[in-house]
Amino acid sequence: MIEKADQIFVLLAHWLVSFLPAGFQHPAMVLLGVVAIIATFPALFAITVLLERKGLGRMQNRYGPNRVGPYGLFQPIADGLKSLTKEDIVPFKADAVVHFLAPVLLVVVVFMGYAVLPIGRNMTLVNMDAGLLFFFAIGASTELSVFMAGWSSRNKYSLLGAMRAVAQMISYEVPMLMSSVAVVMMTGSLSLNKIVEAQNQYTHGLPHWYIFTPWGFAGFILFAIAATAETNRSPFDLPEGESELVAGYFTEYSGFKFALFFLGEYVGMMGVSGLGATLFLGGYSAPLQALNFVPSWIWFFAKIMLAMCAFIWVRGTLPRLRQDQLMNFAWKFVLPLTLLNLVVAGMWRFMGDGWLRWVVCSAILLIAYVGMGRVGMRSEHFGPRSYRYAE
Amino acid sequence: MSVVFYLIAGLTVAGALAAVLLKNTVHCALALTVAFAGLALMFLELDAQFAGFAQILIYIGAVAILVVFAILLTRGSETPKDGVFSAKPLVGLVTAAGIFAVLGWAVLHSTQALPGSGGVPTPAPTVTVMQIGNALMDRYVLPLEIVALLLTAALIGAVIVAMHEKGTAR
Repeated sequence: MIEKADQIFVLLAHWLVSFLPAGFQHPAMVLLGVVAIIATFPALFAITVLLERKGLGRMQNRYGPNRVGPYGLFQPIADGLKSLTKEDIVPFKADAVVHFLAPVLLVVVVFMGYAVLPIGRNMTLVNMDAGLLFFFAIGASTELSVFMAGWSSRNKYSLLGAMRAVAQMISYEVPMLMSSVAVVMMTGSLSLNKIVEAQNQYTHGLPHWYIFTPWGFAGFILFAIAATAETNRSPFDLPEGESELVAGYFTEYSGFKFALFFLGEYVGMMGVSGLGATLFLGGYSAPLQALNFVPSWIWFFAKIMLAMCAFIWVRGTLPRLRQDQLMNFAWKFVLPLTLLNLVVAGMWRFMGDGWLRWVVCSAILLIAYVGMGRVGMRSEHFGPRSYRYAE
Repeated sequence: MSVVFYLIAGLTVAGALAAVLLKNTVHCALALTVAFAGLALMFLELDAQFAGFAQILIYIGAVAILVVFAILLTRGSETPKDGVFSAKPLVGLVTAAGIFAVLGWAVLHSTQALPGSGGVPTPAPTVTVMQIGNALMDRYVLPLEIVALLLTAALIGAVIVAMHEKGTAR
């Protein structure tokens, strides 16, 4: 029974496919997987947007949407209908083809990332030998879409937003890759399935998740920072800073194209949360051995939604960074720490079992963190902002 | 030669042609990205996962972005008045034909250069990422280190070029 509940979607897919002739079964199986991903994550996106609007409202001491349906629960449906029926305005001077292709490319690329994520036991669409590399390669293509959107709009705010976004995404892609390399070093594989399996073991009922090791904890924090910046979320939302750039690279988008950008941003956030959960939080494995009777896919979605709540919480808490602070933080603080984390992960691997490696590895990371964060930043004088080109 | 091969080849060649023939420089850069993507798909079609993903990560994620940044930071993407085509097409044609001949010759003779095959193409071995990693850390460790040193030097050089001169007012 437990096994059935765990594999319910896999069994359902096999049952549906069994009605088809043998030659069509494999393509139909792939098609079903794709349809399931394309149907599930936008539904989660709708729930997340509602959660964000309600939750953020509560954090800012207001109600949030409460007019459509009971407690405003049907707000996402109203939003969807609104964006479908709104006029699609393309600026007169805009490059129409590139302007149209940018949101399409973003959504396509963002959904492709899900192909390699292990959503549950036996629930990976494509089990690739280099799955992690695929995810990062596909993620790098979103930069191009952001640039296309900003450039084709022929609007200075759009272009400025796109330049900021691309600079920020390139800067934070490096620490994001580097913090995941530690996981790859410990697992010895780039396959996301193998990474989850390596963490899906228990001693004394407690899981072997990488976050419960010094290097894994540091790696997870660094990954979370880099992922927040990669998805242009607050406090790293300079590319769309509404007080400075109207809406950044999608200023000139309206109607359903704007909705596509919105969808792409949130689905991308969920994808990167899924990757973080897979790398550090044991993917679809349960947090306690006693909880293994709950189906594996529930754990995966629970971890994603938890990450989304953290994103919303951070957005409601932290003020926006300044461009120079952003770059200083990326190159002088996050990147050195990720490099050090790689060394610490190597030490952890070769120091053998015992309490000594816990003490040594934690001490190195803690000293580096305090040293760079407190002492190093004290000598930095973050004076008032200086304008280089607009004086 | 399957249908997939011809589709990918068509995409790549179309992207490359568009990159040369289009007037707007940014359009050229974007068309070049299509050609890069086609090459990446070709690697994947040949079961070379690592090479394919590295192609996407480096060429689409970094080189294409670098190209558009360079275009935007240097001059406008508008077409110059005297057109984008060279005044001496014959020289370019001869150069292109020469390079194509050398590359074609190299590809056609590559099977003979491989040890132990004797001109007969052997079935492609399945290479995992782990084998590539082991080879990089084992047999090819010296080239890897040299490349790393070169890239570090280039990075430091770029920072020095971009750095503010001491004393100039900001």
